[in-house]
Amino acid sequence: MRISRTERVGTYLVLLVFTASALFPVLSIVATALRPEVVGQGGWRPENLVTAWTVGHFGGYLRNSAIVSAVVVAVSAVLSVLAGYAFGAMRFRGRGVLFSLLLLGMMVPTEALVVPLYFDLRDLGLTDTYLSLVLPQVAQSVAFGAFWMRAFFLSHTRDLVEAARMDGAGHVRTLWSVLLPLARPAVVTLVVLVFLWTWNEFMLALVMVTDEGLRTAPLGLRFFAGRATTSVPVLAAGSMLVALPVVLLYLFLQRHFIRGMLDGAVKG
Amino acid sequence: MPPGKPRRSAGPPGEPRRVAYLYLLPALVVNALFLLFPLGRGAWISLFDWDGLTLGHWAGWDNYRALVADAGLRAAFGHVAVLLVFFSALPIAIGLVLATALHRARVRGMAFFRTALFLPQVVAMVVVGVAWRGIYAPDGALNGALRALGLGSWATSWLGDSDTALVAVGFVGTWVQSGLAVVLFLGGIGRIPRELFEAARLDGAGALREFRSVVVPSLRAEIGVAATLTTIAALRTFDLVYVMTPQGGPGRSTTVPAYEIYHRAFHSGQVGSAAALGVALTALSFLVTMGIGRLAGGERAR
Repeated sequence: MRISRTERVGTYLVLLVFTASALFPVLSIVATALRPEVVGQGGWRPENLVTAWTVGHFGGYLRNSAIVSAVVVAVSAVLSVLAGYAFGAMRFRGRGVLFSLLLLGMMVPTEALVVPLYFDLRDLGLTDTYLSLVLPQVAQSVAFGAFWMRAFFLSHTRDLVEAARMDGAGHVRTLWSVLLPLARPAVVTLVVLVFLWTWNEFMLALVMVTDEGLRTAPLGLRFFAGRATTSVPVLAAGSMLVALPVVLLYLFLQRHFIRGMLDGAVKG
Repeated sequence: MPPGKPRRSAGPPGEPRRVAYLYLLPALVVNALFLLFPLGRGAWISLFDWDGLTLGHWAGWDNYRALVADAGLRAAFGHVAVLLVFFSALPIAIGLVLATALHRARVRGMAFFRTALFLPQVVAMVVVGVAWRGIYAPDGALNGALRALGLGSWATSWLGDSDTALVAVGFVGTWVQSGLAVVLFLGGIGRIPRELFEAARLDGAGALREFRSVVVPSLRAEIGVAATLTTIAALRTFDLVYVMTPQGGPGRSTTVPAYEIYHRAFHSGQVGSAAALGVALTALSFLVTMGIGRLAGGERAR
């Protein structure tokens, strides 16, 4: 396909403008996080990150986020693989109905769930616990994850399951030593996506948690930003700390992020 | 059935197996307890006038009537309509043009550009909100740029002015969603058979005709996916509004349904009304997902 020089140059220019605008707000956070309190004082102040970590309590917020994310990711990966295996590689009565129920759950937006969930979990004495953050997110992630793993098992396994069965492998062995090794890329994508969603989740944490000691990173950042006295560079440093884990992972595993977010489409 | 025993060894993989229920059980239990049950509970609560503490009163459909009658709620849905332009229409337009241009020019360093353009999708909305609050601040980058261009009279407190706050928030949506559209469409364009482009060119089609008669029709499915994802994102907007314009913005000019749900349920003691809004939002998301899916899919199957 041949195009004119002008068009090529124009394309690069437009592309550069859009790329620069995509990066500018992110880079401005980094630049602000490293600058001195007063603009123009000169020099870098990486100690802002330490201030945010300790004085801004971001160390604690990040720890909470890490705990919640790790549990949600681990539990929902296991449950998703199990359910996806049943949906994708087995036949049983009620398969269609059960799968529709799962899809229904997947499409309910968090915004609609938090109200009933809050009042029920409050009555059970579960608000202000890690569980109140973990359980609903496990449910949402598993709804998506089962859907995701089912698609994988459906498209990759017919002959393999048959062959494994001919060799006398039971359903456990078939899953564990035949299918799972193959499913690794799909599982990695799932893990990455669930981590992204859980780490960035905001509304559930806002509603379920009032105890400052349980605040997750995005929630902590919101409260830190809401204070009038907050130092601008330290706020930026806090933002940087909150975004960093996901952004780093994204830089290494971007294919998984992009594929998952585009194919995975409709998570609630 | 004893697990692991190869009964009727020639049976197809799809042979009925009761053990499947065991594999499904944990997933279905969490799904039922934390998604389906609350969904039903929400629908039930929406029929009451309840402050969340004392005993509620049966309200029937009142909370749903208020969705139309209550000016505050109407405004919230009106704001979503504005946000749709910024979250959905603009990113799709930008995505189509940019993806087409990139495809035509065979740009070098695509991997870098793709990574950069998609980046806004993975940054937590709260962080995005904080970053843009800084840019929109009275002494922020936007006003700085305007003054540098000699347009200092345009400088304003973007988020503090009820005329500009909603558009300012909306534009952040454009910033977040455009990369998604570009990357999605780039993938789609790559799958269009070369012959289609060649045929169009033999017919003497210019860049514009090629765009209209080859690219856009071939990307129906991708446009459908982008429209679904971005429309739902607009419908559900909460973090961004809550962080950038606390209290629903100046003159409540940026309040959206999700914010109303939060505010009504947890600050103004209108839990029933919040639940009704939740049900409405759920129904809207379902409709959008199915409607756009049918439009895009149906056209494709023609």
